[in-house]
Amino acid sequence: MARIEFVGLAHAYRPRPRGPEDYALRSTNMTWDDGGAYALLGPSGCGKTTLLNIVSGLLRPSQGRVLFDGADVTERSPQQRNIAQVFQFPVIYDTMSVFDNLAFPLRNRKVEEAKVRRRVIEVAELLELGTVLQLRASGLAADAKQKISLGRGLVREDVAAILFDEPLTVIDPHLKWLLRRKLKQIHHQLRLTLIYVTHDQVEALTFADQVVVMTDGKVVQSGTPKELFETPNHTFVGYFIGSPGMNLIPCLVAEDRLHIGQHRLPVAPAEARRLAGTGDELTLGIRPEFVELAAPRAEGAVQVEVEHVQHLGTYQLVTARLDGQSVCARVGEDDPVATGPAWFRLIGPHTQFFSGQRRIPP
Amino acid sequence: MSKPVNQRAWLLVVPVVICVSFSAVLPLMTVVNYSVQDIIGPEQRVFVGTEWFRSVLRDEELHGALLRQVIFSLCVLLAQIPLGIGLALAMPEKGWRASASLVVLAMPLLIPWNVVGTIWQIYARPDIGLAGRALNRLGLSYNYTGNSVDAWLTVLVMDVWHWTPLVALLCYAGLRAIPDAYYQAARIDGASRLAVFRYIQLPKLRGVLMIAVLLRFMDSFMIYTEPFVLTGGGPGNATTFLSEYLTQKAVGQFDLGPAAAFSLVYFLIILLFCFVLYNWMQRVGAGGPDSAAGTGGGTGGPHG
Repeated sequence: MARIEFVGLAHAYRPRPRGPEDYALRSTNMTWDDGGAYALLGPSGCGKTTLLNIVSGLLRPSQGRVLFDGADVTERSPQQRNIAQVFQFPVIYDTMSVFDNLAFPLRNRKVEEAKVRRRVIEVAELLELGTVLQLRASGLAADAKQKISLGRGLVREDVAAILFDEPLTVIDPHLKWLLRRKLKQIHHQLRLTLIYVTHDQVEALTFADQVVVMTDGKVVQSGTPKELFETPNHTFVGYFIGSPGMNLIPCLVAEDRLHIGQHRLPVAPAEARRLAGTGDELTLGIRPEFVELAAPRAEGAVQVEVEHVQHLGTYQLVTARLDGQSVCARVGEDDPVATGPAWFRLIGPHTQFFSGQRRIPP
Repeated sequence: MSKPVNQRAWLLVVPVVICVSFSAVLPLMTVVNYSVQDIIGPEQRVFVGTEWFRSVLRDEELHGALLRQVIFSLCVLLAQIPLGIGLALAMPEKGWRASASLVVLAMPLLIPWNVVGTIWQIYARPDIGLAGRALNRLGLSYNYTGNSVDAWLTVLVMDVWHWTPLVALLCYAGLRAIPDAYYQAARIDGASRLAVFRYIQLPKLRGVLMIAVLLRFMDSFMIYTEPFVLTGGGPGNATTFLSEYLTQKAVGQFDLGPAAAFSLVYFLIILLFCFVLYNWMQRVGAGGPDSAAGTGGGTGGPHG
């Protein structure tokens, strides 16, 4: 188990990178605490797997250093770093039984057989693989195989961290949920540092204590699921997290009023000065969960044209147009809403403003 | 599920049936025909029943040829399969080196059989051939036209030279199909190079190796052109393999009856060997329930 630090870490797959666009991972400084559960979240190609492979030592970074508990491990092999990694597709040794698969990392390290046996049985118990230990691993279902991959990481008691590279991609949805809970349980029991790469926000938010959101090779925000949801630091985080994502509406402030297209909304003078001072490219961000329906012509509300209403059981998802821009709202199942004109309240305690793409702190 | 029944659909199969009849069934039936008759002249023939079969199975020369053939095919497999795997492992994975080595490797496969025979006939000649002369200079008395062991070894080496690239190419394709994650997992699990080969590469190559073994077995069992050009079956009949012997009987002596009977036996032997090999390899690869139980408690581990 280890605290993991990145110092000026960057990586480019081509040999002589020129501009920042050549980098798969741009300069990153970060610290991950010992025993934490971290998720790397971002769309495909954002550099999260690159970062993971640098942690495990499968990839040598072009720049910067990786520290485990303060010791520089940049030059060390995965084996020397004592890392475990679970891949997107289950990797098992076809010709071996489940037992031998689990024992493989220990036997390679010349651990005595009695101890191997004890550890394998412990881990199999933990992962509920006890009943299939003597079967051939190749005949099992994908979720059992993925458990074996995970088990090979867990058998070594001294692993620095376990890394997961979208490990639930090939698993059926209902088993996904079970496996995710298993992971959480293992994390609580063993207090290992777990790092989990995914492009699925539900997976990231339910699994991790800290979610690291990446895009275009950069880390845009690292925080708890609540922070990412309520106070996204970057428009990308607002848009990427949440289903549907945050409504991002261009606006500007003039004469103590907030201008959204033709609409004028009142703002407090102090607030107006704060927003006006940050530059002109102003964006209002509000999550669909915080958009409220308002009475016609209510103070601070804007008129929108509701285009469609989806009934989703416990709530309704309303898609509306505001000056040619689409705005989503999540309202209660019983709230009166129909296609046609309606009034939305967009300014509230959860409304965020972004200058450029960065959030303006209150 | 009720499907519409339309017997006229059989008409659509007719062209294929006609083609296959003329290309395979009729010629095969001709052979069967010959094998149970004594053809004396174009208009004269006598039905002899199983007599040709009995005489063929008692033929001492044929037993000799069969034994030589089996030993030859086994040697071919024992030499070419490991060599092919080794070559495939040693080849570069990508870049111009990979393309270059593929081209060089595939070269022998592009040379016509009889040219291969001619190349080796000259290459191995003790008086002017590069290899033959070099061996004799090194103090080894080597003469493939006089010494039957030399002749036999020359045919074997020639076949290895000609066909190992096929095995290597198949294995190379098989190796490239293994996802990187396997190698990465092995590195993380701390597997040695040998363990990577034993537990990842070899099991993943099972499919292509099966094809390679079957192809090489069938081809080597039917080898004809190269030894015919190189040694003509000699000296004596040291390199007279089954095809060679069959041709001597059918074309040389015009014993169509025995030759036909022998052809059928030959065909059955190949079929039987392939069937046995295929099933055996399937079982070895898939392991089956007994082999999993065999690892009982994991005592037979990777270092066991």
